[in-house]
Amino acid sequence: MSESKKPLLKTEDVSEVFGGLKAVSDFNFYINKGELVGLIGPNGAGKTTIFNLMTGVYVPTTGEILLDGESIVGLKPYQITQRGIARTFQNIRLFSELSVLDNVKIAYHCHVKYGLLETVFRMGRYFDEENEIEQESLKLLKIFKLDEHAYEVAKNLPYGAQRRLEIARALAAKPKLLLLDEPAAGMNPQETHELMEMIRWIRKQFGLTVLLIEHDMSLVMGICERIYVLEYGIIIATGTPTEIQNNPEVIRAYLGEEAVN
Amino acid sequence: MNAVRKRDLKMLIFGLLVYGVLQGLISGGVIGSFWQLNIILICVNVIMAVSLNLINGYTGQFSLGHAGFMAVGAYVGVVATTNFHLPLIAALILGAICAGALGFLIGLPTLRLRGDYLAIATLGLGEIIRIVIMNIEYVGGAAGFKGIQHLTNFTWVYFVMLVTLFFIKNFVNSSHGRACIAVRENEIAAEAMGVNTTRYKVMAFTIGAAFAGVAGGLFAHQFYLISPNSFNFLASFNYLIMVVLGGMGSITGSIAGAFVVTFISAALASFPEMRMIIYALALILLMFYRPQGLFGYMEVTNFAPFKKFLVNSEK
Amino acid sequence: MDFFHQFVQQLINGISLGSIYALIALGYTMIYGIIKLINFAHGDVYMFGAYVGFFAITFAGLPIFPALLISMAITAVLGMLIERLAYKPLRHAPRISLLITAIGVSFFLEYAGMYFVTPTPRTFPDTGLNFSFNVAGFVINGQQLMIFGITIILMALLTYIVQKTKLGKAMRAASFDTETAQLMGIDSDRVISMTFCIGSALAAAAGVLVGVYYNTIDPLMGIMPGLKAFVAAVLGGIGILPGAVVGGIILGVIEALVAGFISSTFRDAAAFAILILVLLIKPSGLFGKNTNEKV
Repeated sequence: MSESKKPLLKTEDVSEVFGGLKAVSDFNFYINKGELVGLIGPNGAGKTTIFNLMTGVYVPTTGEILLDGESIVGLKPYQITQRGIARTFQNIRLFSELSVLDNVKIAYHCHVKYGLLETVFRMGRYFDEENEIEQESLKLLKIFKLDEHAYEVAKNLPYGAQRRLEIARALAAKPKLLLLDEPAAGMNPQETHELMEMIRWIRKQFGLTVLLIEHDMSLVMGICERIYVLEYGIIIATGTPTEIQNNPEVIRAYLGEEAVN
Repeated sequence: MNAVRKRDLKMLIFGLLVYGVLQGLISGGVIGSFWQLNIILICVNVIMAVSLNLINGYTGQFSLGHAGFMAVGAYVGVVATTNFHLPLIAALILGAICAGALGFLIGLPTLRLRGDYLAIATLGLGEIIRIVIMNIEYVGGAAGFKGIQHLTNFTWVYFVMLVTLFFIKNFVNSSHGRACIAVRENEIAAEAMGVNTTRYKVMAFTIGAAFAGVAGGLFAHQFYLISPNSFNFLASFNYLIMVVLGGMGSITGSIAGAFVVTFISAALASFPEMRMIIYALALILLMFYRPQGLFGYMEVTNFAPFKKFLVNSEK
Repeated sequence: MDFFHQFVQQLINGISLGSIYALIALGYTMIYGIIKLINFAHGDVYMFGAYVGFFAITFAGLPIFPALLISMAITAVLGMLIERLAYKPLRHAPRISLLITAIGVSFFLEYAGMYFVTPTPRTFPDTGLNFSFNVAGFVINGQQLMIFGITIILMALLTYIVQKTKLGKAMRAASFDTETAQLMGIDSDRVISMTFCIGSALAAAAGVLVGVYYNTIDPLMGIMPGLKAFVAAVLGGIGILPGAVVGGIILGVIEALVAGFISSTFRDAAAFAILILVLLIKPSGLFGKNTNEKV
């Protein structure tokens, strides 16, 4: 976990200004291959904005974002997904009218090699790849305990299951780096605990690097190796969970001025 | 052999059977010339409805200018056969290429618009196409193009329709089709899953326009004369009604929609106002009680008896 | 000099036509502002207004101004009825469902119109405005003066209602954010209903004025002006009242110029070309602000 290692994703002085309001300023961040990093901070601190910057939804006003040493600034979201960053959304964005299985299948999109002609004339490669996608999708659903619901419409799933489906779908895009935006939001402690185990497991299984935004401190402190704390778009602290828990700046940001004294 | 391929084969056999029966009835003189014309129109309308469904239903981009692309295919087609003496098949292909190319050129900038804005922009574009044709003397201007050879017949339109149906069915049941559906469901999520949303919107629009061009070519060679007014926005609305009635996102629905609308139009041919009043009320009531249309996202192959028929004999 | 003369004359014609577009566009923009619906039927409401005016003059023998008022009143009721029967049940439905319903209502009005008053165009009776006079060599006729006069009066009245009355404030609040307005104790159903009422009355006035100006009316007369008024509303910035007026007049002038200097067959194409250009260059219109979707 030393900084000398070449990071998978690195941001250099990234700032984002919305109509005069600085949502993120001079954000310097890195995540190494295989790491599990948390991004925390009070509401409105700019966490989701950072995800949107990393995935190309927003273009940074200034600064540089490097994936494997190459700039991804200015790329469209789908191009960034193709290069290996996949994400989930804080406010769930499933393909709600489609089946659970189709939700996952769609995410294999950028790995499909058969072309338009092979599609229309249903040539061999079409069948091979479609079979493979189907098998792999079902496998993924099994990991997330969604296989029983494979043919149900996504919007009918319970809330916790929809959050898991978002992760499964993101994994189907075969990312190097997975960004999870409040994956435990709305889950009960039992579900949160299971989710924690699941994240640990998939990370090992798929050799993933994970960056997550979360409000649930038990989850963040429990699984993250390193944490960034954001307030008003500025990093106010970084370090291991223990360091963060004892950082007076962080305590002030979360609990207010009086709590420090 | 692969199960899916077997299914395709069975559908093809079913399609041939229907052809055989209808052709038999036509040859035997059971179906008179009035209904013969209407069967041909149904096939043309199926092509129009299914291709519009690819844009409106599957990709969720609300287009109201489909008749404009049909006009391009029709005019290119009749010029090809009448002035250049090309065979019908070449005329259809040329019409498809021109309509598709125009769809591509128009789609690229306009598909940035959303929902109702796109609807009104495509309506405007459809009208512009018509007005431009009206002002081209080479194709007869507002009076229309006269002296078209009667080159189509039931066999032609039926088999072109079958090809269209297989093309669109295979397209929507692939990764490309899923990408289109993802655009409809949630553009931001689709983009985040690696789908180039602009590319698929333009692709759906282009393919839809190309098939509308094919339908236009078939339609035109059924008559001695075509005029720009056959392709005004009321015509576009007519195809929209078929798609909405059948279900946005169902091929079976589009076939049913084309069938019902053409049939009602034929039956009420002498009461044109009544026909439109019925359409109007049907649209409103449909939105109240069954906004997803007759079939919703379902296909006939999703229903139990058909499923059985298609799956059972595979074992 | 000759070019200049023709240019100004077309400008006068364009402003009269544009005033009519503006009156229709106001209704479009108000309705879109409040329920985000392109009310396809709005052009047909205008047609209905023209017919009510026609019948009031020919059969009831009324003079033009009482006929105009009666037409506005009856058409306002029609507008409220359409909203109550066709749109209100779909308040929470997807916008595309609402749009399709509006297309249905539009067809219904057009063809029910054809059924009841026959498709034959009717000649609007002489309203005593068929005089014209020269101002520095330019012809202005009585109908055009009436259009200018009525349009200005109605716009002043609308501005008063929207700016000064309680209803106007409620309308502005509801078009800004319907749900919050409702939480603040505004009866949004009533506000929406009143919006249709006012918008339809304005459309009816436009319908009668067009009857007076062009002399003929028919059941399908609302289709093109309806679409063009929508273009005007988009041009000015949808939801913005002064935008609709400016957009309407600009569109009228451009059409008159295209008809006068190029060819009248391209008149309709010009309007749609403007629409597409606006949507591509500045979709929020001349007076609108750009907004971004939150992710």
